[in-house]
Order: sequence, then structure tokens, then C-alpha cells
Amino acid sequence: MGWMAIRGWALLVYLFMFLPVAVVVLLSFNSSEFGAFPMAGFSFRWFVELANNEAILRAFRTSIILGSLTALISTTFGVLASLALIRYRVPGSNLISTLLIAPILVPEVVLAVALLLFLNFLSINKSFPLLLFGHVIFTLPFVILVVQARLVGIRRDIEEAAMSLGASPVQTFFQITLPLLLPAVLAGGLFAFTISFDDITGTLFWKPGGVETVPTQIFAMLRNSISPEINALGTVMIVLTVGLPLLGAAIARQLARKSGG
Amino acid sequence: MSAVTLKDIVKRFADFTAVHKMSLEIPEGSFVTLLGPSGCGKTTTLRMVAGLLDPSEGEIAIGGRRINDVPIHKRNLGLVFQNYALFPHKTIAENVAFGLKYRSIARDEARRRVQAALDLVQLPDVGERYPKQLSGGQQQRIALARAIVIEPDVLLLDEPLSALDANLREDMRVELKRIQERIGVTTIFVTHDQSEALAMSDQIVVMSKGRVEQVGPPEDVYNTPASEFVANFLGASNILEANCVGREGESLIVETSIFGRIPVPAGKAPKVSDEGPVKLVVRAEKLQLAARGAPAGDAIEVDAIVETVDYQGQAVRYFVRAGERQLQAINLIDERPFSEGAPVSLRLRPRDCAALPVS
Repeated sequence: MGWMAIRGWALLVYLFMFLPVAVVVLLSFNSSEFGAFPMAGFSFRWFVELANNEAILRAFRTSIILGSLTALISTTFGVLASLALIRYRVPGSNLISTLLIAPILVPEVVLAVALLLFLNFLSINKSFPLLLFGHVIFTLPFVILVVQARLVGIRRDIEEAAMSLGASPVQTFFQITLPLLLPAVLAGGLFAFTISFDDITGTLFWKPGGVETVPTQIFAMLRNSISPEINALGTVMIVLTVGLPLLGAAIARQLARKSGG
Repeated sequence: MSAVTLKDIVKRFADFTAVHKMSLEIPEGSFVTLLGPSGCGKTTTLRMVAGLLDPSEGEIAIGGRRINDVPIHKRNLGLVFQNYALFPHKTIAENVAFGLKYRSIARDEARRRVQAALDLVQLPDVGERYPKQLSGGQQQRIALARAIVIEPDVLLLDEPLSALDANLREDMRVELKRIQERIGVTTIFVTHDQSEALAMSDQIVVMSKGRVEQVGPPEDVYNTPASEFVANFLGASNILEANCVGREGESLIVETSIFGRIPVPAGKAPKVSDEGPVKLVVRAEKLQLAARGAPAGDAIEVDAIVETVDYQGQAVRYFVRAGERQLQAINLIDERPFSEGAPVSLRLRPRDCAALPVS
């Protein structure tokens, strides 16, 4: 009896969480002008309109460029930082590790305002590179956590064996360490991309005038009216942010299986 | 000329000295074992030769050339680890060929050498497989093939048999020695297993607490231990407090409370002075139990009582009490072992004893 109640309750919680998402996806295929039930008919018209909306396309481009660059920079720094922290004895490595992970713990609003005030203090204007910088700061911890976990599992003697056979430390990294680390690097990169792609708090504070990412564009559109276009955009966002990590995880699993993970 | 020379090597970590002033000459083509318990500095020494650790003091030379400042990837050494350390993302053939990539060797020649190495370790057909598809023993053979295919100046083996099952370990021991003799490479072998050391080595270097206790061929180290530590670490020994009372021809007369006067051959007491306290080393397998009244021949005999019987199949280990002392004896079983509490006669031949100075 008790278990039944808990099960029912859990089901309700899930419904509460996912029903709105389902409604958005469902309504994005509604042919009616008004985003409400009952649905008038099935249509892709809002997706077509979305594809013709200059502002949204621009926001999409911005988001993808921002997300990709964030992923690239975060994984590069993340891998380097993890290597330094795990493979070498760096003075104060505990402190550095904590500092690098801290952005996860600090509320994003605080981080956002802090960076903004800091830039103000330095009299630096907001710009795209600074927006990128902000995204790198709070995606880096995720990359480091994922990469470190994998790096700990790569035995040091495998690298030592490679060096004893004549590979320099750099050759050893590219021949041995990086291929073994690849699943974690890809996973970290995908994390960074999706976090950057659907971030709104930091982005609202840091974006320069005239630059919109997809979330800030939706936010701006919602202030005027609730267009069914937004439902379509929401569906596209869901497919991207849920589908990409799933795809990434699948690829990572394949790679790990091949390399004996 | 020595293949490897260590001169006054010291290795300090922060506030701990792992290796104290160690000097060693390893002849070309020989199989030298660093033997000792964990923490004795044997692996640290190996890692310094490999270039994975820098010595704090002293010089390391390979083939007469000082290599302290040569990084590991330019030392041309073969290294085999306890856990195989094969590259999991490369096939067996790619693993074995890895070192050849950095040695400008033509592709056909490289392929021929990889196959020759795989043939040598008796796994000619596994080239296309991945490491985790092989058993532990097979992986260790591949690790060996990978290390010798580059024709290293020195082969360094860091407890290569320790991760294997007991049966496999003995097979691999024979196999490893066969391969080493076949290619004649100078080999440094690190182990904590005395039977491996005794079976495989030309020279054994017994180490304890960062110091060399004794260097010598297996028989010397086993029969004439240079210290109490060596006597106890290689096999089981009884160490008795004794007194040297003088010399008679080629023998030192050593007096013990249990066995009385024993003429110990001078060759087995090289560091002992003619008079004063000494330690008498009696190997457990040199102490024979017999029924009381049986003829003793040239052996010294004393009465004892069996206290504990540790049956081991072809042999048995007894703990017997003779006077105040408990002694250990390992005997082959003739008919049936003595039972606990049995009165026996304990026999010892003087030439099986060795004497050590009191440290």
C-alpha cells in the first residue's frame, strides 16, 4: 500500500516536470494561430516560419558559434589543467583544483554580476569575446571533472612504457594519453556546448547590445507575445540539448568499448 | 666492460632516503636480480636506471656512457611492468611495433622484426587482437616482445611475474630465462620472491632498507649469507647466539648452548674473527630429524621434542624444542612425518653451518 502511494506520487512529480515540455512539443505542430488546445490540425508551418525568421536564425548562429568556441576552449584548458593536477606535482594543487571547480558552487547570478562589475571597474566594454570568456569560466569545471575522472583511470605505467620505447613526452601524449582520454574529452566538450547553448542568466548580463543567443531571443520574444513560433523553437532546442549528449554518450561508449575502456 | 654501472647512487624523497650510497657493476649479458622486501629500494633503483626517477647523488652509466641527464626516451631500454602496461587501444602488432616507429626502420623490416618477436614469445598468431582479448600470461609475453623488439641495451623487469597465477608464474620464469639467454641481453630483474631470484639470476643483489646487504651468485647468497637479514630473507634459517673460541686448521670452533662445539668451515664464516660472540646460521632444511638411537654419522646430535608439524606435501616443516630454544626444520618426508609431541634426535652437520659477526 505504502509503495503504491510512493509510486503514484513519483509519477505525478514526473508528469509535473515533463508535461509542459510535452505540451510545447505538441503545440509546435499545431496549425492554429493560437498556441492552445484543442489543436486545429497538424502542420510544420511554425518550423517554416522559424526558418524564415532572420532574428532567430541570427541568434541560432550566435549560439552555435558561442557554444562551439566555448566547448573548444573549455576542453583544451580542461585537459591541460587535469593533466597538470593529476600527473604533475603542482604546488597548491588542492587550492587550484578548488578554484577551478568553484564556479559550479557559486550561484550563476553572483558570478555574472561579479564579472560585470569587474569589467566595469576595468572600464572594459561588453563584447563577444567577453561573453565567450564568461561561458568558458562556468563550463570549465564540468570538463575538468569528467576528464580528471578518466585520467585517474589511465595507468601511469602505460605512458612510462611508451616513453621507454622512445616516444618523447609530447609524442606519448598524442599517441597514448589523448586517445585513451578521448571519450572523456568528447563528453566534456558536449557538456560545455549544451551548457553554453542553453544558458540564459550569465548571457543576459554579459552579452553586448545587439547580440542575441537563442535563449535570450526567446526571452525577448516572450515579452511581446506568445507566438507558436516559440513552441517550434523550443522543440528544436530540446532536440539539440537532449539529443546531442545522448549521441555523444553513445559515441563515447563505442570508443571506450574499442579501447578497452 | 660493465653494461650498467651505478656509482654511489643516493635517492632521497623529501625527508626519506630510499637508496643509500649504492654502487653496483652489472656485467654485459648477465641476469642480475634486485631482491628484497617492499620498501627496500629495489624498484626505486630500477626506476633510476630507467630514467623515471633522477638520482639525488651519484652516477649511472650504461655501456660506459654517463646517462644521468639522458631522458628516458633516449636511453634505449626495454621496460616490462608488473601489470603489463600494454596500450589498450592498439592491436598486439601495433603494441610490439610501437618502439620501432621511433627508430627509423623500414616498414618491411619492422614487420619482420615484430613477427620474429612474437615468434620468440611463442604467440605468433595474435597480432590482430587487442590486449584485453589475451590472458594475463599472454599479455606479459607481449609486453616482453614489445620491450625486446627494439634491441635494448638493457632489459629492465619490474616484478613481471607477480601478477600471474602461481602455476603460470613458474612456466613464465623458465620462459623468461630462456628468452633472455637466447638474445643475451643484459637484464635487471626486480622481485621480492626469493625462489624467482634463486632460479633465474646470475647474480643476486639482496637489498634491505635502501642498502645492499649482499651481492653474489645464488648459491653463495643462499649458502653463505652475509647478514642475518639475508639468512632470514632467503629461505628459513635458525639464528643462534654463539661464541667463537678459536681456530683449528680450516675450521672456526663455535660454541653454542644447544649443540655444544661446532667446527664451522672458515669459508662459511668469512667475516668472523677468531674469538668473540658470533651468530650461527643454521638453515631449516639442514636440520634433520631422526628417531632417537638411529646412527648419526658425522652429524652432531641433540635430543628435541616436536612441537608443531606443518605438513606441506613432499616436505614438512617442524618446530621443535631443544632446551630453551624453538628451532625450525624443513625435512623431506621419508615414510611418514613425526607427530606432535614425539621425542626425536636433531642432527646437524658442521659443514652446513655458517657464522656471522654480531652487528
